[in-house]
Amino acid sequence: MIEVKDLHKSFGKLHVLTGITETIRDQEVVCVIGPSGSGKSTFLRCLNLLEEPTSGTILVDGVEITDEKNDVNKIRENMGMVFQRFNLFPHMNVLDNITLAPIKVKGMDRTRAEEVAMELLKKVGLVEKAKVYPDNLSGGQQQRVAIARALAMNPAIMLFDEPTSALDPEMVGEVLNVIRDLAREGMTMVIVTHEMGFAREVADRVLFIDGGKVLEQGTPQELFGNPKQERTRNFLAKVL
Amino acid sequence: MNDFGYHFWTLMPRLWTGAAITIKITAVAVCIGMMIGMVMALCKLSKIWPLRIISNVYIECLRGTPLYVQILLFHFGVPGLMNSLDGVSGFYFDVMTTAIVVCSLNSGAYIAEIFRAGIQSIDRGQMEAARSLGMSHTKAMQYIILPQAVKRVIPPLCNEFIVLLKDTSLLAVIGVTEILKTGQIYITTTYAPFPAYIGVACVYLILTFTISRVVNYIEVKWNMGSM
Repeated sequence: MIEVKDLHKSFGKLHVLTGITETIRDQEVVCVIGPSGSGKSTFLRCLNLLEEPTSGTILVDGVEITDEKNDVNKIRENMGMVFQRFNLFPHMNVLDNITLAPIKVKGMDRTRAEEVAMELLKKVGLVEKAKVYPDNLSGGQQQRVAIARALAMNPAIMLFDEPTSALDPEMVGEVLNVIRDLAREGMTMVIVTHEMGFAREVADRVLFIDGGKVLEQGTPQELFGNPKQERTRNFLAKVL
Repeated sequence: MNDFGYHFWTLMPRLWTGAAITIKITAVAVCIGMMIGMVMALCKLSKIWPLRIISNVYIECLRGTPLYVQILLFHFGVPGLMNSLDGVSGFYFDVMTTAIVVCSLNSGAYIAEIFRAGIQSIDRGQMEAARSLGMSHTKAMQYIILPQAVKRVIPPLCNEFIVLLKDTSLLAVIGVTEILKTGQIYITTTYAPFPAYIGVACVYLILTFTISRVVNYIEVKWNMGSM
């Protein structure tokens, strides 16, 4: 589904990604862990071209998205993204946040878009908040709306960029539950996270990124239970 | 002192006639200036470098020269140049044309910077969220960035309106019978500069104070919705 080949990304002189080659299969849940500044968020943001790779290729369903001839907007329609800081649109209520893209990008009519939105709100447990503005929601509620907003485009892949890092501890659970449900439904997901317990539970595969490279990867049992690299062991010793 | 009262109150109705012209010029110029300003702000933030150069040259030239000089250059300089060409004679702008064109272009440059700052003040995550949903840059601007930026630019825009309203007094030099010119005409026939200029100052003060109150009210009302 996603094939990354020798991905490099530099910001000026700073070489953040130093050659990542990775394949993410259909319906696979991949968690990306690693120390801060290791390049894991940059890796995720390259997957939907929020960051333009310096070199290397990314194929999504066989389409080379790094090729400038391909329409980046069409590619992004198919990949939902959830941000650390939610990034809901503060001038719109929850319902409008969710329906905007289906209406304006896909040309869906408003009635249908609102039906879809209400279904998604039901899924994330926020039906009663449809007419509320984001500022009046808790962080956990905002993040659940953000997930619903991304799902409204009916994407094949979901990307999560540290979805619980900006949340108060008591709200982490409600967001993880929603992501867990998506995993059960077979959504293909790439999740950058610091929640090791969650990664161990939900991931089919875990990537440990350090210094802009995938240093080690494997099933949660392998990576958490029996890490092969010294760096991985050090990192896990600090966070577990 | 009786004289003061007499002149002050005799002049006052005429000043309000002048004020109508001042308000008309200011309102039209700010409206056109907002359109120019929006286009120039988007040009300045564009990825296309020729557009950035055009907007930079425009903004720097109009902010970097006095409005007074711009008025004289446009009203006397441009027709002078035209009339020196072969086969052209008697070319001129009427004073209202000059007033509107120069004030619009001048305020457009300031408003462009206000809009640019407003757009750049919106969190980068908003654009990223919109783009990640498949929206084009244009759509993201239209539905996400600009509606939020507009609210933020209301106070500086109000300030620009007040500055321009006061600056239209410079149009007296080409004979636009706005507030100041009306006062000056009164002085030439009565030789009563003190009550006349006090009257002129009062009318400006009443106008600017009213505008800032109205805008304050709008701001408070808008903020009750969201954000």
